[in-house]
Amino acid sequence: MDVEILSRIQFAFTVSFHYIYPPLSIGIGLMLVISEGLFLKTKDQRYEVLTRFWVKIFALTFGIGVATGIVMEFEFGTNWATYSRYVGDIFGSALAAEGIFAFALESSFLGILLFGWNKVSPRVHFMSTVGVFFGSMFSAIWIVVANSWQQTPAGYKIVGEGMEARAEITDFWEMVFNPSSVERILHVWVGAFLAGAFLFISVHAYYLVRERHQDISKLGIKLGLMAATFFSFVQLFLGHMSADGVAENQPAKLAAFEGHYYTDHSADLYLFGWVDQESKEVYGVKIPGGLAFLTQFNFDGKVEGLDAFPEDEIPTQINAVFQFYHLMVGIGMMLIGLSVLGTFYWFRGTLFKQKWLLWTFVFAVILPQLANQFGWFAAEMGRQPWVVYGLLRTSDALSKAVQADQVLFSLIMFTFIYTLLFILFIYLLNKKIKHGPSDTHLIDHRPHQQGINDFFSE
Amino acid sequence: METFLGLDYPTLWFLVVGALFSGYGILDGFDLGAGAMHLFIKGDKNRRVALNAVGPVWDGNEVWLVIGGGTLFAGFPVFYATLFSAMYIPFMLFIMFIILRAISIEFRSKEEMKWWRTMWDVSYSISSGMIAFLLGVVLGNVLKGFPLDSNYEAIDPHLTMFLNPFSILVGLTTLALMMMHGAIYLTLKTEGKLFDKVVKMLEKCMIGFIVMFGVLSVFTLIFQPHLAERFKDHPSLFFLPLTAILAIANIPRLARKKKYMQAFVFSSLTFSLLLILVAVQLFPNLLIASNDPNNSITIYNAAASQKGLGLMLTIAAIGTPLVLAYTFIVYKIFWGKVKLDEHSY
Repeated sequence: MDVEILSRIQFAFTVSFHYIYPPLSIGIGLMLVISEGLFLKTKDQRYEVLTRFWVKIFALTFGIGVATGIVMEFEFGTNWATYSRYVGDIFGSALAAEGIFAFALESSFLGILLFGWNKVSPRVHFMSTVGVFFGSMFSAIWIVVANSWQQTPAGYKIVGEGMEARAEITDFWEMVFNPSSVERILHVWVGAFLAGAFLFISVHAYYLVRERHQDISKLGIKLGLMAATFFSFVQLFLGHMSADGVAENQPAKLAAFEGHYYTDHSADLYLFGWVDQESKEVYGVKIPGGLAFLTQFNFDGKVEGLDAFPEDEIPTQINAVFQFYHLMVGIGMMLIGLSVLGTFYWFRGTLFKQKWLLWTFVFAVILPQLANQFGWFAAEMGRQPWVVYGLLRTSDALSKAVQADQVLFSLIMFTFIYTLLFILFIYLLNKKIKHGPSDTHLIDHRPHQQGINDFFSE
Repeated sequence: METFLGLDYPTLWFLVVGALFSGYGILDGFDLGAGAMHLFIKGDKNRRVALNAVGPVWDGNEVWLVIGGGTLFAGFPVFYATLFSAMYIPFMLFIMFIILRAISIEFRSKEEMKWWRTMWDVSYSISSGMIAFLLGVVLGNVLKGFPLDSNYEAIDPHLTMFLNPFSILVGLTTLALMMMHGAIYLTLKTEGKLFDKVVKMLEKCMIGFIVMFGVLSVFTLIFQPHLAERFKDHPSLFFLPLTAILAIANIPRLARKKKYMQAFVFSSLTFSLLLILVAVQLFPNLLIASNDPNNSITIYNAAASQKGLGLMLTIAAIGTPLVLAYTFIVYKIFWGKVKLDEHSY
């Protein structure tokens, strides 16, 4: 295998592995803010027990998220040197903003969130929780802005030619609010909220079917269901917005999403199917004119097909892009169905008797994770052969100084260490869940100073 | 070229990067150093205290690396790309140890079994030490320079290019400095028998660092004389190495007087002063092409655009006070000796 394919495999592998964790941190962060906020408001101890339990799980996901996140920053330089030179000027301000405004905020207050229970007053602790949550949300903003710029470049000019060419920033706000930023940030955020909410539901559903920690878990599952129901519907809307954006800004990607080879009127929308790349046919269940309707509100609208683009400017893996995109959408629909069903039984007062549904919830935790992964696969593979859409090809973005054997070495290393990391993660997560929230009355070591000023004087 | 306070933007950004790496060295330096000496601390309770001395802050300290790397990428993308791709293997090993270390801290105290804890103690200690060492190795290679073509790409970097006597020496000196720094930090965070033990270890660390520093200085003057040229050309700059030596000499003096907080200030100063020496020597180069000086990467040919640097400087100016405030608050809250509680590692 050559350097290009090895480097692509390595980046895809490391970034996919990383992306198990940040959505959980953001999503659990949201649930922590809700439950600790409710504790401060209602003084109901059950919310504190819930918060303390989830902080422990949060710590686990956050720690791994940070450690695996540094990898991508380094890989830009080690494996994608030409890309780094090309985009450095654009990503510079976004990454600087990410580090300074977001990452510093979340990592500093994380110490208080995890270890500060007995050091600061409940109010200051809650503020730290909010700080960490906001930090992780801001982080997502800047990273998605940078990625969106790769999808829909804006606010730049190209200087130099050939391999010397690079993008220079001309307008910061135009770069930040490039055509796909806003909808993609929202889509990513809500995907993360769903990942957190479904983990919350899963763990508490597990306790309910095992008849442990019932008091806390009834509370927990309701909080989770509220978030899941609300955000799964919001995601339907945001997903549509994103697809609309793709239709407008990256028509070749949209055509790949649907395996839409030939430009014509009343393009079809597939519910599921299989793309035969040889014959350029799609076999599956379709809504005639559906794609035209979704993008233009007109069943007879004209949608550009893959044939409208030069052969070397469209992705080669049409079927994979098609499948990942459809799996993401399909899972999104399942999440809506599951949360509505849960809420329905909750309002009828029989939720805790539906063992089959609770068991489904226990395993449904994997669904938003898969949807998040598949969504990114579709977005990134659908952009190929470009690393920066229309400007820089992935094959040109490599490091020239790196040989295949070096990348093979690091790929093996990552495979080894991430396997170890994942096994340990699952083991410890399982252990923490088995251990559960402490139901015994809390020994209260917490200081109760008023306001933030007092902890300076202790 | 636009300027601010009489300095052009690339120079200002060079200072920002320098300040961040100096901050990173000081902060992550003590937790890496404390980690590197972890195996010399005996007994589970003692090791937990040592681990929890860095427990609440190591993650925040590592942020400085992320930000430092980000500023380097942002401000000098050409340098970032060349250095990282030429130093592929050391950077990949570095990442591996960063991850291994995070796992070790996180997982060590999660199980009671002795083999489990020993295993993570070993990996925590080795990975901490290796991170410190590899940081020094990369710095050594930057100081030494390597062959570059006219596109500022490394010429034929082979697998083991990063391993040369000078860089290994810089790596060992960095490790020794961080261990001394970490030992001083531990004196501030421990009490009783463990404290006495740490004080003894600090003595050894100080000797170790001073010996390494001496060897490195002599080696540099003999085999890397280009690193002293700037000082020969501008004798007035000699006050810099002199100040550094005085700062280093002050550390054992203060340690003997049991003024550990002040010793910590001076070992922190040592990081800054040594990096200032590096900066003065290199400026305006970032990476010297050992084959042809015309191919050297400088802060000017590696810099992002004026517009880009201006934006980043604005962001840094707004953000830095915030970061300093958070850091201050967190250290304030966790000030004082370590007390293990139910939330500790």
